[in-house]
Amino acid sequence: MPNSAEPTDLILLTAAQTAAAVASGMASAVEVTQAHLSRISAVDSDVRAFLHVASESALAAAAAVDKRRAAGQPPGPLAGVPLALKDVLTTADMPTTCGSKILAGWQPPYDATVTERLRRAGVVLLGKTNMDEFAMGSSTENSAFGPSHNPWDLSRVPGGSSGGSAAAVAAYEAPLAIGTDTGGSIRQPAAVCGIVGTKPTYGGSSRYGLVAFASSLDTPGPLARTVLDAALLHEVMSGHDPCDTTSVDAPVPPVVAAARQADVSGLTVGVVAEFGGDGYQPGVLARFGEAVELLEALGAKVIEVSCPHFKYALPAYYLIAPSEASSNLARFDAMRYGLRVGDDGTRSADEVMSLTREQGFGAEVKRRIMLGTYALSSGYYDAYYGKAQQVRTLICRDFDAAFEQVDVLVSPTTPTTAFPIGERADDPMAMYLADLCTIPSDLAGNVAISVPCGLATEDSLPVGLQIMAPVLADDRVYRVGAAVEAALEQRCGGPLLAHARGLAKPDGAAR
Amino acid sequence: MSELAELVPYDEALSRYEPVIGLETHVELGTATKMFCGCPTTFGLEPNSAVCPVCLGLPGSLPVANRAAIEYTIRIGLALNCSIATWCRFARKNYFYPDMPKDFQISQYDEPLCTDGWLDVAVDGQIFRVGIERVHLEEDTGKSLHMGGATGRIHGADYSLVDYNRAGIPLVEVVTKPVAGTGSHAPVLARAYVTELRDLLRALQVSDVRMEEGSLRCDVNTSLAPRGASEWGTRTETKNVNSLRSVERAVRFEIERQAAVLDAGQKVVQETRHFHEDHGNTTPGRSKEEAQDYRYFPEPDLVPVAPDAQWVEQIRASLPELPAARLARLQSQWGLSDLDMSAISNAGALMLVESTVAAGAAPSDARKWWLGELARHANEAGIELSELAVTPAQVARVSELVKAGALNDKLARVVLEAILAGEGEPDAIVEARGLAVVSDDSALVQTVDAVIAANPDVVAKIRAGKTAAVGALLGDVMKATRGRADATRARELILQRLA
Amino acid sequence: MSITRDEVAHLARLSRLALSDAELDHFAGQLDQIIGAVARVQEVAADQIPPMTHAVPLVNVFRDDVVVPCLTPEQALSQAPAAEQHRFRVPRILAED
Repeated sequence: MPNSAEPTDLILLTAAQTAAAVASGMASAVEVTQAHLSRISAVDSDVRAFLHVASESALAAAAAVDKRRAAGQPPGPLAGVPLALKDVLTTADMPTTCGSKILAGWQPPYDATVTERLRRAGVVLLGKTNMDEFAMGSSTENSAFGPSHNPWDLSRVPGGSSGGSAAAVAAYEAPLAIGTDTGGSIRQPAAVCGIVGTKPTYGGSSRYGLVAFASSLDTPGPLARTVLDAALLHEVMSGHDPCDTTSVDAPVPPVVAAARQADVSGLTVGVVAEFGGDGYQPGVLARFGEAVELLEALGAKVIEVSCPHFKYALPAYYLIAPSEASSNLARFDAMRYGLRVGDDGTRSADEVMSLTREQGFGAEVKRRIMLGTYALSSGYYDAYYGKAQQVRTLICRDFDAAFEQVDVLVSPTTPTTAFPIGERADDPMAMYLADLCTIPSDLAGNVAISVPCGLATEDSLPVGLQIMAPVLADDRVYRVGAAVEAALEQRCGGPLLAHARGLAKPDGAAR
Repeated sequence: MSELAELVPYDEALSRYEPVIGLETHVELGTATKMFCGCPTTFGLEPNSAVCPVCLGLPGSLPVANRAAIEYTIRIGLALNCSIATWCRFARKNYFYPDMPKDFQISQYDEPLCTDGWLDVAVDGQIFRVGIERVHLEEDTGKSLHMGGATGRIHGADYSLVDYNRAGIPLVEVVTKPVAGTGSHAPVLARAYVTELRDLLRALQVSDVRMEEGSLRCDVNTSLAPRGASEWGTRTETKNVNSLRSVERAVRFEIERQAAVLDAGQKVVQETRHFHEDHGNTTPGRSKEEAQDYRYFPEPDLVPVAPDAQWVEQIRASLPELPAARLARLQSQWGLSDLDMSAISNAGALMLVESTVAAGAAPSDARKWWLGELARHANEAGIELSELAVTPAQVARVSELVKAGALNDKLARVVLEAILAGEGEPDAIVEARGLAVVSDDSALVQTVDAVIAANPDVVAKIRAGKTAAVGALLGDVMKATRGRADATRARELILQRLA
Repeated sequence: MSITRDEVAHLARLSRLALSDAELDHFAGQLDQIIGAVARVQEVAADQIPPMTHAVPLVNVFRDDVVVPCLTPEQALSQAPAAEQHRFRVPRILAED
């Protein structure tokens, strides 16, 4: 671990190391923030992770951390650590666009609960990151402000919808980021950017201030370069919120302790039979297979498990999510905030609404709104939305049955490595396939993490291992994830990102 | 362009057709805060000063249900003899409208909190049991001012100004089952039901139920079918019914209008109509190309409401004396007939009569004044009894004066009119106008003698046995004293002087 | 065919999207494909299966009937596209009923 306070070295620190450095006085929070702002200036014109960089307020927040430290107040576990916040969470002092023209420049009058908790913990908010519009997408190509680029290969997508957050962390622009996961939008970007991303148990962190896409699926969660970092952030951001009726009223599972435990001996691991075969890139399957063998070598018992209804997860998801979204996005009607188009004094409110939404929403959002409207229509409700919610129960039962036999389930996080920008842009069905493995956990609400497990041979791009555990057993995925991470580091002589190329290179050089 | 409706006179319409009515009543609950957030529900605040991210529906906001509102709703359901759901959910009702911050309303759809109850309503001595289909909970919308048009209504307006203070206030919807077999009583029954419901809600202290402030709103459904028909007719829904009188008038008008439509061999259009206070008529609302599909689905941001038996019993035990029980108790205390009590109840005068009795009047006298003279004044002015500018204490005082012989009935009416005109308290009016009954016998004897002397032929008739003719002499005495004589005493004196 | 262009036009109207003809053509094809795919859920026989709505089966989560500070009218109106007399100014509304 570097002892000097060199800016380029500061950005290489993990969040845990950064917090320790700030707490001990080895580096000031302001220096740390400064270093990351410089990094952003150097590389973000290529990575395009950020929609808004809040230099002034970040430095002020950092200064406040330093002041508290100087006054002898005990810092929290992440005080002074910079973080990139997905632009779907409200911030009272920064715009919140959700990657959409319809909210361009919208300044919310309130902080999301997650935002509030981060600030209170002394985490320094560097800015808001790019995302697929209203979290609908797997590549950030649906952002109204242009896609973000994968730091490993700028011609490729960083995944989505939390692509900006994942790219920022992979490019060392921030050691931590927050994303949201509805169908895989934290885990898939984490996997294709070679970092760690967790979808906590649904309700584990508050949705108050999280602009809703699919209410029964949206889950805020952490992205980081190490499992321990993700656990630290998980702990700080989570917990019951009386402003969110669906938030879990129970203590946050001991994820940090589990990450430090990092041991799988005595655990039974299930490989989901349905996640493999056609449509999966060979390099992805190969790295996944090795990860499974690794788990066995580490002392876990590995068996195959069948979850027969998982093949209906994708269609069920693409009925439930758009249905809830069609309702959640109705409020963007040009009446109270956001874009207003066509109000020339003669048009009716309905006309202005329609013109505004036509211009303000991108294609994918429009598709999903119409799909959702269709699925909820009288006459169609039972066959589509109603049926999908029943399928959801069956998927929960598949998980329940599986978890009676095993402690965790594993699969590749996503069938391919990062695909080229533009490859799937106007092919919704092809794009949806990226969520194949991640969707079941969103439907059931249980916890799932993606940890890097190597590079695919054919393209040297990162592959993610997905680990799933039951509802409220969040600590379990950290325990297993950390074990895999440690073992791989030992095997490869360093973290995966040490082998990174492009802007994910730790020496920080721009291309 | 409003249609000029053809009408069949009411009685004629009823001779050929049977009405079926239904009522949907919205009640704004009197909780301190809104349904899903902590904003105050106070009436009359500065525009947009009682709003927050939740009731403004700002992106990212989430609703949290108000426990008191749930309790009030259960209270209403129990008072209406409903079954309380053991598990139910809120649902989203999706449609676009500028006064709806989320462009969906959180309401209840196929899982209402209360179902299957009834409310007994007395009309003309008959008891009708009005079935209650459901009682459910939802949130109110904002309020719009329509600008630029001539009338302040939506039609012809150039733009609107929206205030969201009201958005999110808890609203309870009470829906009756269709009420058939009411015959010609339909309009009065509709009004009596709303009156009864209003009194019930007031007794439960769940709302201030002021129709004029909008905390009690009514939509009336009316349909007609030919007498003896096996199926009911097509119903229309009438909105903008803003007073108890309007409820009655709206039903009556629809019966007359629909009878004309059916008489002409046409079909009644199933539509929503708007009631007009000024003319007492209804006109069609905007015609819609397609029926509204609200795409209801369970509200994912809220967890189910599952009131346990203990909570429901707690609420039941805390219910105050309900109007039906109160009516029965007062009836037995006052010794009035069923007919009298139902008349008082239907007139919405129970509280007024009760207060008047409390201020010292005899129950039958209190009833007489409120349902007689004062009801006449209220009808003429087109207002409710409770809106008259006279208090129960004042009525009690007038009644007391009559009982003491200081006023007769005619003078009492004069005094009441003066009170209504704002001339002050009863005693002060009597003093100022010199209205006291002439009870000094000497003056009265003089007048009686004068009248006797002036009417020899009438006197002869009386002496011949036609005692009824005393009335004519009495009339002259009253005229001579400008109505201020004590009629009973005057009659006594006449007979005495003639004996 | 799962859905016609006319039906798509209807959906667009219902969801207040003023789509161009070109967009309608394009979306109709894509939606047809997507609906065909998601209709797979109907393969599952689920007669006695209850629909799911929440991952964690919570009930009866309420708040107390206590006033909490609101936004000021300035805050509420600060992002309004148009405002007048402390109210949100909106284009003319066609009567709902």
